[in-house]
Amino acid sequence: MKSGDLTELAVRNLREAALRNSLTTLGIAVGVASLVAMLSLGVGLQQLANRRLARSGLFDTVFVTSRANFPGFGRRSSRSSLSSSSNTSSSASQPSNSSSDFENSTKDREPRRLDDAARRELEHLPHVVEVFPQIRFVTEVRYNGNPLTAMVAAIPDSARGSGSFDNIQGSFFSSPTADEAILQMEFAKDLSDQPSSLLGKDLVLRYAERRVIGMATGAQDAEGQGAGGAGKVSHSSSGGGPGKTLAAADPAPENQGISIVPRDKTLRIVGIVDTEPAAGFGGLGSGRVLIPLKLGEALRAAQGNDLRDILRGSGTRPGYANLTVRAESPSQVQALESAIKKMGFAAFSLLDASEGLRTVFKIFDLLLGIFGSLALAVAMLGIVNTLVMAILERRREIGILKALGAADRDVKQLFFLEAGVMGLLGGTLGVGLGWLIGRAVTAGTNLYLRRQELPPTDVFAVTWWLLLGAIIFSIAVSLGAGLYPASRAAKLNPVEALRYE
Amino acid sequence: MMPTNGGAALRTERVTRQYQMGAALIRAVDEVSLEVGAAEFLALLGSSGSGKSTLLNLMAGLDRPTSGAILAHDRNLAEMNALELARYRNRTVGMVFQAFNLLPRMTLEENVELPLRLAEVERGERGGRVREALERVHLEKRLSHRPSELSGGEQQRAALARALVNRPTILLADEPTGNLDSTTGLEIMNLLQEINRSLGMTIVLVTHERPLAERFAHRIAELADGKLVSSGSKGVSGGQA
Repeated sequence: MKSGDLTELAVRNLREAALRNSLTTLGIAVGVASLVAMLSLGVGLQQLANRRLARSGLFDTVFVTSRANFPGFGRRSSRSSLSSSSNTSSSASQPSNSSSDFENSTKDREPRRLDDAARRELEHLPHVVEVFPQIRFVTEVRYNGNPLTAMVAAIPDSARGSGSFDNIQGSFFSSPTADEAILQMEFAKDLSDQPSSLLGKDLVLRYAERRVIGMATGAQDAEGQGAGGAGKVSHSSSGGGPGKTLAAADPAPENQGISIVPRDKTLRIVGIVDTEPAAGFGGLGSGRVLIPLKLGEALRAAQGNDLRDILRGSGTRPGYANLTVRAESPSQVQALESAIKKMGFAAFSLLDASEGLRTVFKIFDLLLGIFGSLALAVAMLGIVNTLVMAILERRREIGILKALGAADRDVKQLFFLEAGVMGLLGGTLGVGLGWLIGRAVTAGTNLYLRRQELPPTDVFAVTWWLLLGAIIFSIAVSLGAGLYPASRAAKLNPVEALRYE
Repeated sequence: MMPTNGGAALRTERVTRQYQMGAALIRAVDEVSLEVGAAEFLALLGSSGSGKSTLLNLMAGLDRPTSGAILAHDRNLAEMNALELARYRNRTVGMVFQAFNLLPRMTLEENVELPLRLAEVERGERGGRVREALERVHLEKRLSHRPSELSGGEQQRAALARALVNRPTILLADEPTGNLDSTTGLEIMNLLQEINRSLGMTIVLVTHERPLAERFAHRIAELADGKLVSSGSKGVSGGQA
């Protein structure tokens, strides 16, 4: 029989036992709805976690530092040197191949400095979105004449779209160089009982500017953050005016150093934000006063690593303590990290932690899928039952069809198609039902979140592939359930079937 | 129209059909050899349980013989596979049953159209063929009626139209008057005779009513306990050429 005729007959047969077939179809719909709801929840939670992780900036960034700053570098380097100088077998002292590779790549040469040339080189690596230094320093903040100590963090302009500022009171920086500050909420509360009243007001940063002594002016201007000074550390007078230096300036290398100059910088408060304490590495969590990155670089504020660089003898040369390299997506981080390591820098990312999280979600999705499928399995039994009942009821009809010339294949296809149509209808209905469940749970969740004064979120993600997949799965399951009844119907003896009353 | 001598439309050669009923082996049809000529109207006569319906089912390709051969237009049904047998039932033979066997949820038109669907006849052609078949049995005005809305005679006529719609060469009728009163039964028998004469269609009629067989069939083959006891007696109004 032609497929059009078969379909017509199948639909007609389904219409005949409308109530029973509707209930069976409803059973499939409930099964599919349960599957869709469970998987949507899994996908939704995964997407939510991914969004949060992406916003944290932890998984699309590579943190780069000079190998000289890398913990253990000096020890391995000196051991290597020692081994080399004493002419003993170095292989015996090497714990592993990777360690050996590391030593081979680093011994006999100075670790690369993280300077402007290196920054430009990093910026030109493929799939790099931006490269910026981490600027954080503890300083004194004055508001209304009252001094408070706070950590200042400079943030790149790209942080605007990270999501951390979605619920900002006020606004983000008007420009990357604006003399503006965004306060962390807790700090704002320290300044005023009514934090929102701070918006538009000025505060003063009193910070220590680092100036290199014994360098050409141009070189000093090019100096970024993180470069310390070798030799002497000069002392600035407390409360001294800008540029007031007590250190002696001597161009001779052995007399090079840096001076610390107290500076004041007035900033307008443009925003107040709830930064997450856990934003952590590379994030904003530890900054109580946030300033634009370019402004932060221009301040040349002394940082904690300056003294270490001076002691190493590299403090007067322009460079960075570390750089953050942001990739286009987390999938490119691994390749980027390898490329940076080949350039001679220490680099690391939190990609492995992200991979682990993905695995957890995959297992979570699998479990949700299994639980969701249980209802569908029950629906499958319903289909088998309905079709087996239909065979009993339509035994005579099958006999007539066979007497009129229907082949076994025609009868089988007819029952198969009836199961498929129930699967299609049930699947479509189930997808709609699952979507409704998703919307209802999301609405309920958001109602709860709003009561907790938390921003609303979408915990369900009903993707097109999930909808399509659920309908196809429903049809496949229904066809599977129809296999036995269809085969049984096809094998009916027509003489016996015609005799059936 | 009188039957022609252009060869056998149906031939059974020592056909046996036996069933296992518990410990007993039942021979429903026991080595029956019979020939039905083209355009012949043959009546298979016998009492209940004589094996006449079983023989008809074997001729229809609804059942397979335990032994022996059944040839329809010289093609052995025993050698056909299931699909070929289905095609044979659909295109070579038409069947009419005592219980009419119309599908109750379909209209008359749809019931008659069913064999055309199974034969994969184009949709555009079907309407004309259905109307033609229903006109032959004088039911062309009842196209949209369901079987339950028809009398027994009308239902049997509709079943006859369904059997004819694919223009088969052999018509097998299993007690077609069994569920009808005598007047309506005669109408059906007249219709069968008219079809046999006008279309030259071979008809095998199973009946236990000797008067009907004698009045309408060209020849009567009598069965008793599965065996063919006579196969040459002539009908009253027919008569074999």
